Amino acid sequence: MKLREIQARTIEKTVKELCIKANTLLREDVLQAFRAFFDKEEENTLPKKMLKVLIENSEIAEEKKLPLCQDTGMVAVFIEMGQDVHILGGSLSGAINSGVEEAYTEGYFRKSVVKDPLMRDNTGTNTPAVIHVDITEGDKMSISVMPKGFGSENKGKIGMLNPTCTQDDIIDFCVETVKKAGPDACPPYILGVGLGGTMDQCALLSKKALLRPINESNPEPHIAELEEKIKERSNALGIGVMGLGGISTVIGVNVKEAPTHIAGCPVAVSLCCHALRSASAEI
Amino acid sequence: MSKTKHMQTPLDKKAINSLKAGEEVLLSGTIYTARDQAHMRLSGLITEGGKLPLELTGQVIYYCGPAPAKTGPIGSCGPTTSGRMDPFTPMLLDAGLKGMIGKGRRSQEVADAIKKNGAVYFIAPGGAGAYLREKVISCVTVAFEDLGPEAIYKLEVKDFPLVVGIDTEGKDIYSKL
Repeated sequence: MKLREIQARTIEKTVKELCIKANTLLREDVLQAFRAFFDKEEENTLPKKMLKVLIENSEIAEEKKLPLCQDTGMVAVFIEMGQDVHILGGSLSGAINSGVEEAYTEGYFRKSVVKDPLMRDNTGTNTPAVIHVDITEGDKMSISVMPKGFGSENKGKIGMLNPTCTQDDIIDFCVETVKKAGPDACPPYILGVGLGGTMDQCALLSKKALLRPINESNPEPHIAELEEKIKERSNALGIGVMGLGGISTVIGVNVKEAPTHIAGCPVAVSLCCHALRSASAEI
Repeated sequence: MSKTKHMQTPLDKKAINSLKAGEEVLLSGTIYTARDQAHMRLSGLITEGGKLPLELTGQVIYYCGPAPAKTGPIGSCGPTTSGRMDPFTPMLLDAGLKGMIGKGRRSQEVADAIKKNGAVYFIAPGGAGAYLREKVISCVTVAFEDLGPEAIYKLEVKDFPLVVGIDTEGKDIYSKL
């Protein structure tokens, strides 16, 4: 088997382009959801007006190549790398971090990463990125970037539920997470929910779940039903856009599940603000 | 929806007193950005009796760490979560601050300090940084330049779109959530 060679420079360039795209161009599925909820909100109300502001915000950002939100986040990078790929001319992490740095400098994005959680000196480059690598079959490499703001990241939660928990217990945990976030983290929210695995894996699943378009349900019918119920109950909370009431509290729920242990049922919620940003490419 | 009010900074007492939680306001004039680290430094200076880098009396602070300017005065500049500033806020209000702009809930202590000092808390559309940037006319660094995006910037804004979150009576639009 011959190895496929990929230049580190190609990875760097791809990461840079994806970071710029993700920060300035709102995902089509998210924009569609804004429009759908805008149509359903009551006329002449603040929530409807605010949804219009969000749609206009995405238009200005696209036209002027401005970041949708000033919090251009800490960048999570998800790599699926075929085992027949060989990287030349640099390291994978070096290439990714260089790509992030170039995007954040040339794109005029805010640098929000501090080197040490206690000393809090800004690295000035928005790196390091948080890199997750999965080795797969074949000779392709897929890259997804997700710059996520910390206003909503701060509201994430993980719960180690009992193996005997019911569907309602899982829904309660997710809805309670939304309720606690309330108006603080830029609703309408999108929920990435990890279900199963171990504690660390479950948290990662919740992030990865946000990569899936929010207008696509989980392929497993019982999980798709769970997604629908979490969304329905969250929207009954009446938090709404900017916490101003109405029906648009959660505009998407994506659950990603994995095998787990007989003794537990981990549930993690990555609560995301309405500016759910990601972009993907294959090399 | 009630009629939108136009207001000018610095905020005078009569104008603030007329505001009711839930009302829409278009604010024009000078506002100052300050977020977590700037709040820590300002409160430190107040405690030590040091000189503040800006006169707080009658002023408005905007909880914001803007993106750098690509063209024009500033980059995207939406509000950050106000709750993180709660521990420092009563002290700033006692020092003369009259208005705050951010997003999300405030603590009971902050609501009480707002009422006591005849101040107001506004909310701005969170996550609409590009939209709000269009309302900024100028941006000048005032203090704590070493903090980068967390420095204090003096912004001139025109028709900055806000909703009254907590009014001078301490009435909070989020009290039912």
